[in-house]
Amino acid sequence: MFSIAQQLRDAGVLGLNQRNSEYIMQLNPRKFYPRVDDKLRTKKLALEAGMAVPELYGVISSQAEVRKLSEIVASRESFVIKPARGSGGNGITVIAGRSKRSRSYYRTISGIFLSEPELQHHISNVVSGQYSLSGKPDCAIIEYCVTFDPLFSEVSYLGVPDIRVIVYRGYPVMGMVRLPTRVSDGKANLHKGAVGVGIDIGSGETLLGVCGNAVVDDHPDTGALISGLRIPHWAFILHSAAKGYDVTGLGYLGVDIVIDRKHGPLILEMNARPGLNIQIANCCGLSRRIRQIDEHYEPRADVARRVEFARRELAADKQVNLPLR
Amino acid sequence: MTKRYVYLLAGFLAAAGLALFVYKWHGLGFPLAAGQETPVWTIETTIKFDPGPGSIKASLQIPTLTPGFEMLREYNVSKGYGFSLNYVSGGREAQWAVRRTDGPQTIYYRRIVYADSSSEQSDTTPPFPPPPVIEEPFQTAVDVIVTEVREHSADTASFTSELLRRVNDSSPDPNIELLFSGAETSAEFVQSLTTILAFARIPARMIRGIVLQDQQRRVEPLPWLEVHDGDRWLYFNPNTGEQGLPDHYLIWWRGNESLIRVTGGSNVDVNFAVQKNFVDSLSIAEQRAEQEHSMVVEFSLASLPIQIQAVYAVLLMVPIGALIMVLMRNVVGIDAFGTFMPVLIALSFRETQLLWGAILFTLLVTMGLSIRFLLERLRLLLVPRLGAVLIVVVLLMMVVSVVSHKLGMETGLSVALFPMVIIAMTIERMSIVWEERGAGDAMRAGAGSLLLAVVAYLAMGMRWLEHLIFTFPELLLIVLAMVILLGRYLGYRLTELARFKALAGR
Repeated sequence: MFSIAQQLRDAGVLGLNQRNSEYIMQLNPRKFYPRVDDKLRTKKLALEAGMAVPELYGVISSQAEVRKLSEIVASRESFVIKPARGSGGNGITVIAGRSKRSRSYYRTISGIFLSEPELQHHISNVVSGQYSLSGKPDCAIIEYCVTFDPLFSEVSYLGVPDIRVIVYRGYPVMGMVRLPTRVSDGKANLHKGAVGVGIDIGSGETLLGVCGNAVVDDHPDTGALISGLRIPHWAFILHSAAKGYDVTGLGYLGVDIVIDRKHGPLILEMNARPGLNIQIANCCGLSRRIRQIDEHYEPRADVARRVEFARRELAADKQVNLPLR
Repeated sequence: MTKRYVYLLAGFLAAAGLALFVYKWHGLGFPLAAGQETPVWTIETTIKFDPGPGSIKASLQIPTLTPGFEMLREYNVSKGYGFSLNYVSGGREAQWAVRRTDGPQTIYYRRIVYADSSSEQSDTTPPFPPPPVIEEPFQTAVDVIVTEVREHSADTASFTSELLRRVNDSSPDPNIELLFSGAETSAEFVQSLTTILAFARIPARMIRGIVLQDQQRRVEPLPWLEVHDGDRWLYFNPNTGEQGLPDHYLIWWRGNESLIRVTGGSNVDVNFAVQKNFVDSLSIAEQRAEQEHSMVVEFSLASLPIQIQAVYAVLLMVPIGALIMVLMRNVVGIDAFGTFMPVLIALSFRETQLLWGAILFTLLVTMGLSIRFLLERLRLLLVPRLGAVLIVVVLLMMVVSVVSHKLGMETGLSVALFPMVIIAMTIERMSIVWEERGAGDAMRAGAGSLLLAVVAYLAMGMRWLEHLIFTFPELLLIVLAMVILLGRYLGYRLTELARFKALAGR
């Protein structure tokens, strides 16, 4: 048992206690949390900084407004409903289209039809705060539904694959693609069963994937190879992620990005408490890379310089990757 | 920097807690284990006499300074007498008085003492006694003895030893024979010794005490010799010259006065009886601290009403539960609902017992959860839905109690002791996890909660720990220090070892 702990420490694996106490508590001031915990605010901040985000269709912030749903989405075929202060992807409903017979029947991404009242109930749950972090009243965001880049059509089941980049003091440290599976019900959350695939920070090429605790190199549903894919717009993605630090002021940040077929990479949300599974997907511990950045940290480096450093120093061929079991 | 403050604070808290603990344990004798007992001696003095026609006054010598012993309590038992305690020249005196009475009278004085080797109880330094006036031929005899003994001694102690050696010699000096020819009782013998010592200008007095032995019905006071050497009182065995007090010797009174004086009565008889008992060490420690006017006990839990004390006996275990939660979550890494919910469940397990508690908790949560899923279909808003779940939980508790009572299982009644709001919140959160993350995660967290509750119950239910914390609440400072230290635990959680296992191995 202690030998495993020692091995993990040698491999630079970051644990929850250390993440909470050394990085989240020290680098993420509480006052900045609302910037990322409220997705509406994140969206506004990102827009002000000139970053690309999915288009906002409307906001429902009170029970009385729930009836306005059909009005907001009248001209839209597909859209996403999100709680502004939700956590872990809970409460997100993706409407992929409408029933051919009646426009008041909405088809979710998994093919289930929801009637207007059902969808309204879901929104009123969101507004009453069922999915918000502290149970406080929330508002529901209705926004553009991303149609993902064809690159990913082979390697995802139903939902939208997204890219998670961990940004440490403004430097991108580690990235992964999260591919939805049948088990995850089209959601890109690892703990729900999505596949996480590590990305080489230098080249933007995918490494091996992890599903649950098992290492995989093909998608469990489609069987397509998931390693060796080249992520398009990689440089732009790293720039957007690094910019997330300047926008939020959070020193330990997870930035979630989707690649839209038409609009390219869009910032979906940012997270002040990004999970640690990314280490498994990359077969690499975070601590070591964080140490590397701490050693070469330049307080006034701009986004381009930080990204350039990360792509040079944290590239896969420079890293001693851990052998797989 | 922060780290140093954390260690400093934790160290300070632990040291403060430990210091207070050691003081109470070692200094005041608070017992470490529950039910620890200390032997106590009950000495009962029975005074019997026949009253005369007039008013009666009885004075009994009672102990003042008792090296090696501390008093726990003293009582007087008498019918129709006025009672008072007076300080007199030789020490203390109990006095009974009555205007008139008839028939044989019996008065009791009872004193309860316990051995305490730390009890010094030294007396003040007496003045040099005036040389006694002695008639001839005794004066000459004393003079000769004192001169001879002085030649063979260096100080008070050796003078006394030498005197006692000569006095107790099997073939004594004619002067000594002359002096002690009139001493029939050992008390008179010691009295004569004090006269000789007074002649040599050495402060000396007779003490009389009782050798404590269990189940003694008639105990005769044993005279002993006390000599002051200018610094302190020394004790001598008048018959051997050995220095020191006998074992278990309780000094009852000092001086030549008789034990009892009864004016207006006749046929006076005094008797000592000794009995050994055992008393809870805690009450003795508290008594002692009270006598020492220790603030520790003045402001302790023991000063609260008994009912409140019982509440605190339970409440003081909550920090132990909190420590278990910290350990299980941050070091082991078990997932559960609510930060301290398991502690509250564990508290209710104290009443229901473990097995029934676990069964009832599972039953309640399962039933509540199924009803919560029915409510889900009604599309209620959050707060009304929580309210509905709470009401359903209360109704379920009632049904469980009534049904189990009808079936003759009285343990089912204790379900009423579950914190229902906590259970309602658990059901709500569990149902949300169920929907959002699937049945597996919900079950795992539910089982985790139950496991934590059981572990907390086992830890909080340890009787010796409960006694220790209640007697020494300052130990909670050490618990606080531990929790603060664990707040800086940066290592892996045990469950993370399994989670990141794939990354280990180089």
